[in-house]
Amino acid sequence: MAEKQFRDAIREAMVEEMRQDESIILMGEEVAEYNGAYKVTQGMYDEFGGKRIIDTPISELGFSGIGVGAAMNGLRPIIEFMTFNFAVVGLDQIINNAAKIRYMSGGQLSIPIVFRGPNASAGQLGATHSVAYESLYAHIPGLKVMYPSEPYDAKGMLKTAIRDNDPVIFLESEQMYGMKQEVPDEEYTIPLGVGKIKREGSDVTIVAHGKMYHLAQQAAKELAKDGIEAEIIDPRSMKPFDFKMVIESIKKTNRCVIVDESHPFAGMASEIGFIIQRDAFDYLDAPVQRVTIPDGPAPFSKHLFDLWLPNAKDIIDAVKTVTYRN
Amino acid sequence: MAKKADEAFTPTGMVYKSTTLPKPTRKKHKTLGLKDEQLPEIFRNMYLQRRFEERAAQMYQKGKYGGFLHLYIGQEAVSAATVTVLNDDDDIISAYRVHGMALARGTSPGACMAELFGKKTGCSKGKGGSMHFFDVERHFWGGHAIVGAHIPLGAGLAMANKYQKNGRIAICFFGDGAVDQGSLNETFNMAQLWKLPVIFVVENNGYSMGTAVERHSAGQLHKRGEAYDMKNGVANGMDLFSMIDTLNDVVKEVRETNEPYFLEVKTYRYRGHSMSDPGNYRTKEELEEFRTFDPIERLKDYIVKEKVATKKQLDEIVEEVEQEVLDAIEFAENSDFPDDSELFEHVYTQEDFPFHK
Repeated sequence: MAEKQFRDAIREAMVEEMRQDESIILMGEEVAEYNGAYKVTQGMYDEFGGKRIIDTPISELGFSGIGVGAAMNGLRPIIEFMTFNFAVVGLDQIINNAAKIRYMSGGQLSIPIVFRGPNASAGQLGATHSVAYESLYAHIPGLKVMYPSEPYDAKGMLKTAIRDNDPVIFLESEQMYGMKQEVPDEEYTIPLGVGKIKREGSDVTIVAHGKMYHLAQQAAKELAKDGIEAEIIDPRSMKPFDFKMVIESIKKTNRCVIVDESHPFAGMASEIGFIIQRDAFDYLDAPVQRVTIPDGPAPFSKHLFDLWLPNAKDIIDAVKTVTYRN
Repeated sequence: MAKKADEAFTPTGMVYKSTTLPKPTRKKHKTLGLKDEQLPEIFRNMYLQRRFEERAAQMYQKGKYGGFLHLYIGQEAVSAATVTVLNDDDDIISAYRVHGMALARGTSPGACMAELFGKKTGCSKGKGGSMHFFDVERHFWGGHAIVGAHIPLGAGLAMANKYQKNGRIAICFFGDGAVDQGSLNETFNMAQLWKLPVIFVVENNGYSMGTAVERHSAGQLHKRGEAYDMKNGVANGMDLFSMIDTLNDVVKEVRETNEPYFLEVKTYRYRGHSMSDPGNYRTKEELEEFRTFDPIERLKDYIVKEKVATKKQLDEIVEEVEQEVLDAIEFAENSDFPDDSELFEHVYTQEDFPFHK
């Protein structure tokens, strides 16, 4: 099994699916001749040509909507956003059209479309380029939301997303594109809505997705030195969400920390926390804690940015709070 | 302090004559490729749209259903010409003033009325309502109520047609208010750049809700096409034959060249924007003037004058349509509301989606 970068895994998923389904097209800024702003689509234009790999103008609303219309009428578009921070310009097409037209038509049509691209912060890019959007999309009925943290998951999950007949928001990260992991060449898929226990432990459950998952692993290594064994759950799908896996883990550990790169107010962590208190109240030995970015925009200055972005130490502190070690 | 009109940003302080119609064509129906027997049927089509909406308004006022109700009355020549000229499998998508277009395409009056009533037998199973009629089997793709948001969808339908080389073209209708949206400009750019076989039609009825077109759009609407090198033109939407004449050319052009076209149709709605519209943004004289060339009366006069059918034959059609609409109301009233389980049906294609609670 070869080691592959996250970007290679994403590309392989798209290429393999496109080879076996003529109705799949890829649209976005710089995806074709430029070979992708982050080289995710490198070589795809050469293989599939301009009919299927389509460079768009900088018109997120326009090409998102054209994608939705094409999906209604028999194609299976993949829309790449250079980042999901730019998708905001086309949000009407995602929230009002992709998510709702099937419902409003009484099920007369389906919209098999994937909106994918990097999400959340990627260093000192300023406030408008640093937003984590998973909670916003997960809020909207009609959408499915996936957010892989590793190359292996990314490939299997993207294949599932592309084959799904509903609109899927597929979130990646600029900072994960270079990450390497063994990724099989053989066909495999990872189902929607199924999380994975990526580290077993008995003292605390850490729920962490996307880029935050890697911080959780760092924190767990440090905590082990202090004799605290963390169980790490990567939910992988944001919607539907594998609450069952989280609840079952808490029944064992009795403590939970949620790590989420969203803002704290009405973010993913809020919803996960609510479900835990409702469904696992009697199993908790401490109030659930969360680690998120603050309730404020991303700053530019390195000093402030480092303060803003969660780190492993924040997770360690939260774990020590729920284990009463502080 | 007096409000000075010359200091206002939006042109204000006067009532504009909202629309100036191009001269109607003088061509006879045979010149336009229409057979004698088609004319009474087109009359039936247009009158069905008219009578359906008059009755729908009555039912609304009686409190039979809620929501919004935007009537198309006055604009029926546009929809009738469209379904006459286009092939049945060409793709139509429209905005929220949509009853006429669905009925013209052949969606049954019963299914349309039931949709207004929110019944399970409605053309969108009671999930869409007045603004969201769908009949995908008839290549009628809705009913869209975020102004301008369906313009890219129209281009997307065309893109899929071109990709699949199926020979179909798409036609996308919107009101004059939608011309001001960014979605139109982004879509026009891509549709021209990508050479998509789609006809964009602005049904310029003179008013974006209560704002006269001169007050919301700079310049002539059809000329927006020129910024993108898109072919464009103007048609008289109050005259069936003029509409057919123009669409004959436009459809041929789009089908042959596989390139988009932007058509500005000058038309007029006799009723308010919605049911709660006092209409004080326009004059009674203007409304009366446009009533003098009611597209349905005009067609009726032509048919009788040219002896294509007798007045008696047309009166029979009127009677039949009247009954058809009454039957539609009865059908809607007697239909059931959607089952409780329908709340979560058709959100996803996935049947076992675990909805969050």
